[in-house]
Amino acid sequence: MEFTSKGIYCRLADVYLDPWRPVKKALISHGHADHARWGHQNYITQQDNVPILKHRLGAISITGVPYGATFVINNVKFSFHPSGHVLGAAQIRVEHLGEVWVFTGDFKIKSDGITPPFEPVRCHTFITECTFGIPVFNWPNPQHVHDQINQWWATNKNQRKTSLLIGYSLGKAQRLLHYLDPNIGTIYTHNAVGKMSQVMEDKIKFPKYSILTPETTKKDLAGCLVLAPPAAAEGAWLKKLGPYSSGFASGWMLTRGARRRRAIDQSFVLSDHADWPGLLAAVEATQCQNVITTHGYTDIFAQYLREKGWNARTEKTDYEGEVLETDKETAL
Amino acid sequence: MIAFSNLIQQLDSTNKTNDKVQALCAYFQNTPHQDTLWTIALLSHRRPSRPITTTLMREWAAEVAGLPLWLFEESYHIVGDLAETIALVVPESQIQHKDPPALSDIMEEIIALKGQQEATKKKYIIDQWQSLNALQRFTFNKLLTGGFRIGISQKLMTRALAQALDMEENHIAHRLMGQWTPQTTTFDQLLRNPNPEDLLSKPYPFCLAHALQEAPQKLGNTTDWIVENKWDGMRGQLIIRKNKWYCWSRGEELISDKFPEFEAFLSLPDGTVLDGEILPFKNGKIQNFALLQKRIGRKNISAKLLKDAPVIFMIYDLLEWQGTDLRGQPTRQRRELLEEMFAQYKNSALPWQLSQALPSTSWEAITVERQKATEKHSEGLMLKKASAPYGVGRKKGDWWKWKSDPLTIDAVLTYAMRGHGRRTNLYTDYTFGLWQGDVLVTFAKAYSGLTDEEFRKVDAFVKKNTQDRFGPVRQVTPQLVFEIAFEGIAPSTRHKSGVAVRFPRILRWRHDKKIEDANTVDDLKALLVP
Repeated sequence: MEFTSKGIYCRLADVYLDPWRPVKKALISHGHADHARWGHQNYITQQDNVPILKHRLGAISITGVPYGATFVINNVKFSFHPSGHVLGAAQIRVEHLGEVWVFTGDFKIKSDGITPPFEPVRCHTFITECTFGIPVFNWPNPQHVHDQINQWWATNKNQRKTSLLIGYSLGKAQRLLHYLDPNIGTIYTHNAVGKMSQVMEDKIKFPKYSILTPETTKKDLAGCLVLAPPAAAEGAWLKKLGPYSSGFASGWMLTRGARRRRAIDQSFVLSDHADWPGLLAAVEATQCQNVITTHGYTDIFAQYLREKGWNARTEKTDYEGEVLETDKETAL
Repeated sequence: MIAFSNLIQQLDSTNKTNDKVQALCAYFQNTPHQDTLWTIALLSHRRPSRPITTTLMREWAAEVAGLPLWLFEESYHIVGDLAETIALVVPESQIQHKDPPALSDIMEEIIALKGQQEATKKKYIIDQWQSLNALQRFTFNKLLTGGFRIGISQKLMTRALAQALDMEENHIAHRLMGQWTPQTTTFDQLLRNPNPEDLLSKPYPFCLAHALQEAPQKLGNTTDWIVENKWDGMRGQLIIRKNKWYCWSRGEELISDKFPEFEAFLSLPDGTVLDGEILPFKNGKIQNFALLQKRIGRKNISAKLLKDAPVIFMIYDLLEWQGTDLRGQPTRQRRELLEEMFAQYKNSALPWQLSQALPSTSWEAITVERQKATEKHSEGLMLKKASAPYGVGRKKGDWWKWKSDPLTIDAVLTYAMRGHGRRTNLYTDYTFGLWQGDVLVTFAKAYSGLTDEEFRKVDAFVKKNTQDRFGPVRQVTPQLVFEIAFEGIAPSTRHKSGVAVRFPRILRWRHDKKIEDANTVDDLKALLVP
């Protein structure tokens, strides 16, 4: 496996993992824009990710493979294993002559209840993200966070305010939606969130929701919850809302600086990435000797692992992990 | 402690002034007096001195969290706040206080810690960390290290307190002045029934100016304004009452012992309060601010220092005269009285001068005065509304400071660090260099002056062009040129460039300039005023 200017490359099989430049054959870990880019000739991905990629990228040549099934390209064995990140997300296992590499894409350890949970895969070399790879990141119990969100909505509703809940349209939004309590009131989604959720409807149970239309009025929205992606959280359409309270769900919301930089009313600490203990547990569980960190606090995490006895290094990639700034999220 | 932590969280999670005042007001109404007193003290910068160094706190936190120290330090640089970093890395304990102690109890324990053995301090602090939840742990650390930075000015706190106690804001502001601590006073003594003796030494709240942003012509008729120089010294308030004198700084510190020569002001009548600027003054001339810094920095004021760095009080307002509070009178009348008084006592050889009202027949004339400011060792002009009373705090519209245009120089970005507070995660703290031969010599650091958008772009540049890392500092490829503005300039042996500049900030990003076009150290030295 090599790190090239186009992506992570397996020369023997002539395939790339999550390449960031157009290539002939790409294995894709999951549907987020920094991992699944436009313009490859052939996509191979976990089967639940196929509708997501088609929805995002349109007419592409794509093959879906179930979790755990092995496929061989030029004597190299490949398989997808749950990474627990979002629906259809997989770690990619690569084996040649008994040597095993695992590429995580993005992952989280704790099950979110809607995505097949992370499955540790034994390997020699573990290529891992470390978006939250410093020890300040310890996630609170997600069930408490979902309770907080419902409480916040109920409080806003009592004050006749609209609750504007912000999360990525792919993954985070569905996780948020799944746990919203429809007994509190009516749920609306921004178009991008609604369309993406429809793609996943046969895999994830959602409460009843409607997609916002140009005809939806302020009056309709009073006391309701509107689920929108970060990119939409600053758009002109906000004028459609009457008095509202905004809430943002992200792992970054654990730190004060990040909370204060965004002018939001309420922050919720909820991430689809592993926290510090999660990253360490994942590395341990693979029983690997080598670790390559690809994005996040790569230098720090690799140095810590080296001190703990791993052969760890950093490779430069174009992945972004969980992005804090709204303007960076590619519109979905 | 619970209520106070919750208050801090509430204040921290909103940027709406009204919500903050409301939260504070509700807190004051429902909190025991002793805790209220401590809250007022903490929010008005009356924190007891730190019982331990932050270095020790870092070491202990790393130890408790089972982390190598370097990893703790890296985390701290990313989070940007020590109290918060500790709160986040110390593992949540199972044995939390059922009922954490009251704020006032914690504060007394912290004060009692001073002078204890290090082992005792360590045990106490680690016990607290482990028995509080993350929010309270953060608050506790802030109580140890100080500086809440939650956007609560003294004025907002005073407003909330006035609402909660149903008292006049001005009265509260005055009573909160001076050097009290919750150990030397009580809630009732401070706010409800102050001792007249205590009031004797208390300074009046200072009236503060806003920077003039728009054209001065918009202020209307020049005759409605009194124009003075903006003196480049240290703001002070001089009180003469009952044969005693007090000199207060704008930070409400009693600084009388730093300026023993002001004892001469006892020759003024009982019940005089002067507002003015302490200025270094030698050989009949106002001196550079750097000379005053010598006086401020020293603990012991020796006879030699008094001789080397003499000062005067440049008076510009009369707040009390013959025991009468004049603050409600219009500025024009106070100035007339001030000038009369100055004339009356002119021959008493006091270390003072009167800040002259400058000719203000037209905005053109005033602009000419502004241009002359630098040669008078003044930073620009003050515009004071003639009809306004002496305001409390930073009231917009009565006092404007109209500073001279800053000095500027084009410098090259050489190093960057992550910012603090809301800018953590972004590289926003920069070091700039000027050419000396073909070497870039560091001359200033600056943190402000770019838009959020520009900061994001420079941040991206830093991340892509890092040549070397020294802990949190990144050395970057010299490529970007910025115009740096600063207020004053003085020779310095401590700076590599041989020059120290005051208030450096980024004026603009010079996309049009290459690094070869940046200025040299010699260009900077040429700006020194002889």
